[in-house]
Amino acid sequence: MSETVLYDVQGPKARRRVLIGSVVGAVLILAVFAVAGVRLAANGQFEADLYRPFIEEPQLYERLAEGLRNTLTAAVYALVLASVLGVLLAFGRLSSTPLVRLPAIAVIELFRALPLLLLILGIFLAYPIVVGRSLDPLYALVVGLTLYNGAVIAEIVRAGILALPRGQSEAALSIGLTRGQNLRLVLLPQAVRIMLPALVSQLVVLLKDTSLGFVISFSELLRTGQQLVQFFGNPLQLFTFIALIYIAINLALSSLANVLERRQRRTVGSSATMAPTEKGAVR
Amino acid sequence: MDSVLDNLDVYVDGFTTTVSLTLVAAVGALILGTLIAAMRVSPVPPLRGAGSLYVTLVRNTPLTVVFFLVFFGLPEVDITFSFFTFAVVALSLYTAAFVAEAVRAGINSVQAGQAEACRSVGMTFGQTLRLVVLPQAFANSIPPLASVFIALLKNTSIASAFFVADALQRTQGLINSNAQAVLWILAGTAIGYLILALGASLLFSLLERSVKVAR
Repeated sequence: MSETVLYDVQGPKARRRVLIGSVVGAVLILAVFAVAGVRLAANGQFEADLYRPFIEEPQLYERLAEGLRNTLTAAVYALVLASVLGVLLAFGRLSSTPLVRLPAIAVIELFRALPLLLLILGIFLAYPIVVGRSLDPLYALVVGLTLYNGAVIAEIVRAGILALPRGQSEAALSIGLTRGQNLRLVLLPQAVRIMLPALVSQLVVLLKDTSLGFVISFSELLRTGQQLVQFFGNPLQLFTFIALIYIAINLALSSLANVLERRQRRTVGSSATMAPTEKGAVR
Repeated sequence: MDSVLDNLDVYVDGFTTTVSLTLVAAVGALILGTLIAAMRVSPVPPLRGAGSLYVTLVRNTPLTVVFFLVFFGLPEVDITFSFFTFAVVALSLYTAAFVAEAVRAGINSVQAGQAEACRSVGMTFGQTLRLVVLPQAFANSIPPLASVFIALLKNTSIASAFFVADALQRTQGLINSNAQAVLWILAGTAIGYLILALGASLLFSLLERSVKVAR
């Protein structure tokens, strides 16, 4: 057990209390599951018919794979575009010209403060009225995700650049590089290494947010699941299955972030790591 | 422009629902999240395990999926509520995982020397927690909690897809009836969310300053 501020190494009395606590806690948790299980059974949620599609209908998996492909497509497009936008906005915010800096700050703060669903739905509803042509929901989703995540990534990039030792900038400028060259050739390549774990964590958030596509009828994983529910009539089983798919992908991404973070801590000195609060992805 | 001003009462209605969703879900998430954080820092293995399992599962599930599971799952265990309460439950369950992480980080950020000092001057376990550890942990978890609750405010908009007449659903209604003014209507909604989000972060920074521990 890790060292903690709350208690000392346990003596015999404390160990006995922990044992009692363990038994009581385990019984309580199991009791909650038992009550839920009994009620689910009473409502027929364990009947074989609800699970049969998972075994007998290969098209269920084909449809879900198709939905997953669409989810990943939207996520990859949005990630690439948001990274480009994020780097541009971060450079803008670090600019010495107020004419560039202030608009960049405004854009970053605006898109970070608005609900993502408002962006996506707004784009999807406004585009046909303003332009007169309907919009592929994939584009509405990707643009919405790009604007929000671009603003978030801008802050990650900025924090990564600010975490670098000042000597880097000073050296670059003193040998005659322009401010732009300094950012592009010296600071950004080093910052990318520092911020890689934070970027991968943000990818988890982005991947989760692609599920908002179901609101504008984009056939990503969740929307496909919803359609399958209407066909097979087993919402609880299917949505649980879909949740497990998201959890599996996101856990894989999180462990990648952890590996990157450990490797970075080994290679880069402790002087150039980001503060933990900058890393935590909230949504 | 007129379609915004003429429908100000619709906006007010919608944002009132958004704010009440946020506040009720925030209280729920704070209670459940603190409980889970307490489980995770307790010396009792089954509780620690259950706490970290909950956080891992919920943090990696999209909120929309949580909404679907709550809407279809709770009735199957004989729990039925209004749509508003269902939305509150889904938002609370989801946000609680993030609250738990913020509170746990706050507790872990208190240095072990603080508790050792308490014990060496003869304070009991309860006194140590109440007078020294928890006040500092609380102050340290305000900044991450602020981000969590502002994210919650934005996340309430997902309830609009689940039959709750929040600001976003009201906006969709307005767009349907005044299609030509779609940009004005969206701008009105955006300003509403901006005011709420900026107001909330201002409140939290004031709170942060007032509970800051002098070191």
